[in-house]
Amino acid sequence: MSPLDEATAAAAPAQPANTDGYNFAYLDEQTKRMIRRALLKAVAIPGYQVPFGSREMPLPYGWGTGGIQVTASIIGPDDVLKVIDQGADDTTNAVSIRRFFRRTAGVPTTERTEDATVIQTRHRVPEVPLQAGQILVYQVPTPEPLRWLEPRETETRKMHALQEYGAMHVSLYEDIARHGVIAKSYNYPVCVNGRYIMAPSPIPKFDNPKMDRSPALQLFGAGRERRIYAVPPHTPVKSLDFEDHPFTVQSWEESCALCGATDSFLDEMIVDDQGKRLFVCSDSNYCERRREPAGGEGAL
Amino acid sequence: MYVALKGGEQAIDNAHGWLAEARRGDPSVPEISPAQIAGQLSHATDRAMAEGSLYDPELAALAIKQARGDLIEAIFLLRAYRTTLPRFGFSAPVDTSRMTLERRISATFKDIPGGQILGPTFDYTHRLLDFEGAAPQPAKQAEEGLSDTMPRVLELLDAEGLIEPPGRSAGGEIGDVTRESLEFPARRDVRLQCLARGDEGFLLALGYSTQRGYGSNHPFAGEIRVGEVTVEFEPPELGFAIELGDIRVTECELVNQFAGSATEPAQFTRGYGLVFGHGERKAMSMALVDRAMRTEELGEAVTAPAQDQEFVLSHCDNVQATGFVEHLKLPHYIDFQSELQLVRGLRRAAQSASTAVIKEAAE
Repeated sequence: MSPLDEATAAAAPAQPANTDGYNFAYLDEQTKRMIRRALLKAVAIPGYQVPFGSREMPLPYGWGTGGIQVTASIIGPDDVLKVIDQGADDTTNAVSIRRFFRRTAGVPTTERTEDATVIQTRHRVPEVPLQAGQILVYQVPTPEPLRWLEPRETETRKMHALQEYGAMHVSLYEDIARHGVIAKSYNYPVCVNGRYIMAPSPIPKFDNPKMDRSPALQLFGAGRERRIYAVPPHTPVKSLDFEDHPFTVQSWEESCALCGATDSFLDEMIVDDQGKRLFVCSDSNYCERRREPAGGEGAL
Repeated sequence: MYVALKGGEQAIDNAHGWLAEARRGDPSVPEISPAQIAGQLSHATDRAMAEGSLYDPELAALAIKQARGDLIEAIFLLRAYRTTLPRFGFSAPVDTSRMTLERRISATFKDIPGGQILGPTFDYTHRLLDFEGAAPQPAKQAEEGLSDTMPRVLELLDAEGLIEPPGRSAGGEIGDVTRESLEFPARRDVRLQCLARGDEGFLLALGYSTQRGYGSNHPFAGEIRVGEVTVEFEPPELGFAIELGDIRVTECELVNQFAGSATEPAQFTRGYGLVFGHGERKAMSMALVDRAMRTEELGEAVTAPAQDQEFVLSHCDNVQATGFVEHLKLPHYIDFQSELQLVRGLRRAAQSASTAVIKEAAE
């Protein structure tokens, strides 16, 4: 089978009549150049938040305007795009963003992680390890990892400049004192290249280890907050922890009800009024591929 | 020079005449009817009803027309009408688990009993101006209605004890902010009433501020539902409830990250929003601010504006706010004259003092 979706092949023509007035991938070339400059700076200083002139997009703030602008700036006609939200290709927002790029850029799209050259994501890193040459674009709501400790931007920028991260460590320690564990399950802060503390965006901490020394380029776009940051390939990304309280990831007693996976992040679904629960892979492509012949089997 | 001291009456009549003409607009364009406003600008009508605290789409549409589309002015008109209506009593609590649903989504579970129903939403539209939108559109009929009993998502969490139980009013007593003055600290029922009629923009900004670190409370949209619910009233002489009719409402239940300590196990907490009509932005903002104002009750430190109930409740009413801001347009001749006197006097005193100093230095 071709690496591309059947749906893509059957999709509407690359440039439907009502997007005639728009440039390839919606943004004008000047804007793309401005964003690419910010991206270059971000790659040069891993984990540093680069301010950029975020534009008004035809999707609302919070829906992924930062990620969309980054994708629009780096994508070319030869790229193959995958869009996921909560790990799945079929969630409404992923469908909407994929349609947006099909409409405005006419690029081929895919659901297969390894076939994509650009993957835009909200809240997950795919289960299949990424390869050199792939770019993962994260949609970021709050780029500032120190924001929940200090609401003022003027202060947090200073804290980063002086590498004054004591407050963060105290906050994590307070969690341990109060709950016995670090009570952060998503958007778990990381230290990039031994210098900047960075928000990994609200991915579950389950995905944090996948960021570490990944051969893929990881780009982060925050549209509303007007920040771009990056983790270049093979960069160390360390989840903050303490020697006596080492970082751990989530695990489940259940396995995926569809494919039987025990190594993936599982979504909980409520299937009846009595509150019966079912667990399935959040990464829909990973799950599907496992269910192809010679794959695993689940409870269903 | 002649200074006009009189003539206010004529001026007001002229202004009102001009206003009527301006409201009508170009007479060669057909006049808009309240039915068109209620039918085609339903979000405007819903907002006017919600913040006007009066469920009546026809009157809300009329108010919007009369206010030339100024929604706060329309809300003001509705409030001024509402205040003249007699109050019979309190309705029975509406049961939002029994709604004729148009829309129902949860951001916390991928699938829920009854499913995720998008309904009529802007959420996944691409905001590209539809230049054909100006031309008449063929009506599109929605498919069959949905089940009218769907358990609320938070009830399913409640069964496991993962979330605090829903709040109860103290001793079954319910306040009425339209009849009693606010007292601080205000009970939650009173706070929710204020928020339900509070300004959408103000609550939106406050809710947003909590998301940006000014009183963070890590919200998840447990469930948002939009639909029609039956209002019942139990007249004391009958002893049983009778149906008054159906109203469209939007309900938002937020799940917030846990309160909890070394002694108390972690548990999710709630923020609640309910507004007339289809108003998700308002219902969600309300739920964010409701949760923020529970800060003290949940043993957290009050540090941000949204958590300060006196600040929020005293400033969320747009009819009050617009009145006091705009009253600056009224004559303040007397106060200003007094200030003029004072400032002139102070400047004179300062001047003579400095002349005295210079004289002294010269001597």
